[in-house]
Amino acid sequence: MLDQFDPQLDPVFASVPVARLVEVLGPLLPANGLISSVEGLRPYESDGLPAYRSLPAVVALPETVAQVQAVLRACSAMDVPVVARGAGTGLSGGALPFPGGVLLSLSRFNKILEIDPQARTARVQPGVRNLAISEAVAGLGLFYAPDPSSQLACSIGGNVAENAGGVHCLKYGLTVHNLLSVELVTMDGTLLTLGSAATEAAGFDLMALITGSEGLLGVVTEVLVRLTPLPDIARVILAAFDDVERAAGAVAEIIAAGIIPAGLEMMDGPALRAAEDFAHAGYPKSAAAILLCELDGQAVDVAEEIDRVSALLTAAGATDVRTAKDEEERRRFWAGRKGAFAAMGRIAPDYYCIDGTIPRRALPRVLTEIGRLADAHGVGVANVFHAGDGNLHPLILYDANIDGDLERAEAAGGAILELCVEVGGTITGEHGVGREKINQMCAQFSASEVTAFHAIKRAFDPQGLLNPGKAIPTLARCAEYGGLHIHRGEMPFAHLERY
Amino acid sequence: MRTLNATDADKTADLAEAVRAAKVAATPLKIAGGGTRDFLGRRVVGQVLSVSGHRGIVDYDPAELVITARAGTPLSEIETALDAERQMLAFEPPRFGMAGTLGGMVATGLSGPRRPFTGAVRDFVLGARVLNGHGEALRFGGTVFKNVAGFDAFRLMAGAYGGLGVLLDISLRVVPKPRLEQALAFDMPGAAARAWVTDLMRKPVPLSGAFHDGTRLHLRLSGGEAGVTATARALGGETEDLAVWTRVRDLTHPALVGKPVLWRIVLPQTSARPDVLHAPWDQGGGVTWLQADHVDPAIWEIAKAHGGHATLFRGGGDNIFQPLEPAIFSLHQRLKAALDPAAILNPGRMYEGL
Ligand SMILES: Cc1cc2nc3c(=O)[nH]c(=O)nc-3n(C[C@H](O)[C@H](O)[C@H](O)COP(=O)(O)OP(=O)(O)OC[C@H]3O[C@@H](n4cnc5c(N)ncnc54)[C@H](O)[C@@H]3O)c2cc1C
Repeated sequence: MLDQFDPQLDPVFASVPVARLVEVLGPLLPANGLISSVEGLRPYESDGLPAYRSLPAVVALPETVAQVQAVLRACSAMDVPVVARGAGTGLSGGALPFPGGVLLSLSRFNKILEIDPQARTARVQPGVRNLAISEAVAGLGLFYAPDPSSQLACSIGGNVAENAGGVHCLKYGLTVHNLLSVELVTMDGTLLTLGSAATEAAGFDLMALITGSEGLLGVVTEVLVRLTPLPDIARVILAAFDDVERAAGAVAEIIAAGIIPAGLEMMDGPALRAAEDFAHAGYPKSAAAILLCELDGQAVDVAEEIDRVSALLTAAGATDVRTAKDEEERRRFWAGRKGAFAAMGRIAPDYYCIDGTIPRRALPRVLTEIGRLADAHGVGVANVFHAGDGNLHPLILYDANIDGDLERAEAAGGAILELCVEVGGTITGEHGVGREKINQMCAQFSASEVTAFHAIKRAFDPQGLLNPGKAIPTLARCAEYGGLHIHRGEMPFAHLERY
Repeated sequence: MRTLNATDADKTADLAEAVRAAKVAATPLKIAGGGTRDFLGRRVVGQVLSVSGHRGIVDYDPAELVITARAGTPLSEIETALDAERQMLAFEPPRFGMAGTLGGMVATGLSGPRRPFTGAVRDFVLGARVLNGHGEALRFGGTVFKNVAGFDAFRLMAGAYGGLGVLLDISLRVVPKPRLEQALAFDMPGAAARAWVTDLMRKPVPLSGAFHDGTRLHLRLSGGEAGVTATARALGGETEDLAVWTRVRDLTHPALVGKPVLWRIVLPQTSARPDVLHAPWDQGGGVTWLQADHVDPAIWEIAKAHGGHATLFRGGGDNIFQPLEPAIFSLHQRLKAALDPAAILNPGRMYEGL
């Protein structure tokens, strides 16, 4: 299992006794700011990917930036690895502790520091929950646009580290498009301000580089986010299809018609039926697939676009096209989608969420192939995903209590990701590489590209102490797992298992 | 999907060989596209590495909203191809002559009037293939919007002036053209205009340009027919020709020409402005264009004190870009060394010692 770090294939550090860590770090942290008992460490053993578990030596809970700097400086001096953790909702094992290392929790950085309605910005600490920002500014007619489905729980620091996306990102952009500046502490304890309250900063665009860097380059201690005016109106269309490929085709047609919806989501039969049973959203349970298409903006424009999209969907073969008649129905349509992951619990004891992105034109073909791959590996699959930007989330259904089932799920997942790369896409659209997809990185990137990533990492963290064994594989790992480098469209033995 | 132009050519192998040879000989390279942006940044002394022969649109599927082209492709060729499909580059890059290339556009990272409403160059770069200082072709990012595998080195290339790699191919996200655009002008002093525009931007108004020429405010609206028409009616003002926005974009507007020195000063939209910075502004007040007869180095400090930074766009000498904090500058140097250890790619173009 990948939660076991491998001294041959992952970075290695000399072990430092826990007593020594407590002695050095204790005085740098507030009372109750350092956990070292095993029962105290347990809650931190995994993130949103519970199949991967590992215990750190200690958990540090700083409350000030100065404490973060002091902890990092001390760990740097002792050559001890550090893993930052936000809310722990990550789905790729990014916040999985490194054995013998320090887990640095940012949970106490939970304050919104300043809201400037004129400048349309909010200055927040990294532990602030994503949704808390939108809630705090709603009264000002503003919102924070990136809306991961986990927005109730996930932290803004984690969003920056993952460059998180969400339903709204098709129109309003990803996390990186909604940030102005980030404060970052590097491993040597230096505090840097990257980006600017102005639209750009001098020099290289370091803020953009930091976004999505999965805690490998520094610890985010403050974020200045850009807020967006709430649209006058938002309306959602529900379209049912009796054929998955036809639904996928309709997605490309909407975009090709020059319409950028505020959200364009798809659910296949198994997913929509589970969601319907769970949330009673009003989905047609006999459909093979549904699309949810939200349009927002000025009322006059939205009315016009609703007509255009409805006509397009009908022409694309939808069997039923409905616009939510009021805000209550709109909320219900979305409740089904937002609860879809939770609903999976009703049809399988466990699921494994895949996150590849593909060009929209490949959607029909890839959805068919995903079904075939799941069959071939003897696992079930349900699809619920951000169709508008081609970001797939096949949920592979398995039962952890059945011997070998998780391995089968992982193998099916790996094969699906390599298929995504083969059609010109990527192994991760928003959940990050983390620990989980470390081997697939070798399929997407060549040895010299991986080497360049390591060089960038060293520019920030020469000792390689921040989140080791994540996001960027060692060359040794790629030699072991990446022997079959995929050149676009010419993957050898496309259907062979690769784990 | 694409008919090949006679001039299309893939020069990756030649360019890689040239970089490898330069590395061995420790010869600095001056990376050249169409030359239209040569006036930006510091002078590079080195052997010219021309990328302009490496050209052609590699892939453009309008339904994907993505175009991939070689760095030497003229920007005008790309804009023509997009125009035919009623699509465009959302960040409205300026043109300083017909020869301007895609590579030069990305390397200088300049966005036009639409920037505060739609985003910057780096926001629309989805991926790039580059030559590092070893002459190895590396591909970062890809052709899809959502992609978080690996560090986003492709975004870092936007505005790095070629110092981190020779751009080979670039994939850009493109957007549909608005169905209707309309230009309006208002007689209004700069400070009042900036306050009004700031207020407007708190509401979902289809603004796509806000420029003040010193005496008049120019607004542009873009969007659906109904929304633009209704907003124009509500805002009032005088309808004017949309061509004014091309002149603002390309810095040929009369308010932006005449004197030898031109500062581009980027400030938070709502920050206080001292008298010396009272000048024409674009991007809703986020970019001030200050003309002068001589370079006054005090501008660097003033820009910084007001939360922004300044660039000497025209008439600069040895210092062109805002001086960086020491810790940030040394990070720049380490990144440069990471991707170009022999410091042969456009050395010194942005800062001395970088
Ligand atoms: C039900 C569910 C639905 C989800 N839906 C979406 C979705 O729609 N879109 C999406 O993008 N994601 C989604 N996610 C994934 C997850 O919520 C996001 O990746 C989120 O950004 C993680 O935030 P977090 O605070 O939980 O980070 P964590 O899980 O704690 O950490 C994630 C990574 O960020 C690093 N990190 C955290 N904080 C910092 C910091 N301050 N400085 C530096 N590094 C840091 C960690 O080291 C780790 O590598 C979903 C997860 C769940 C459980």
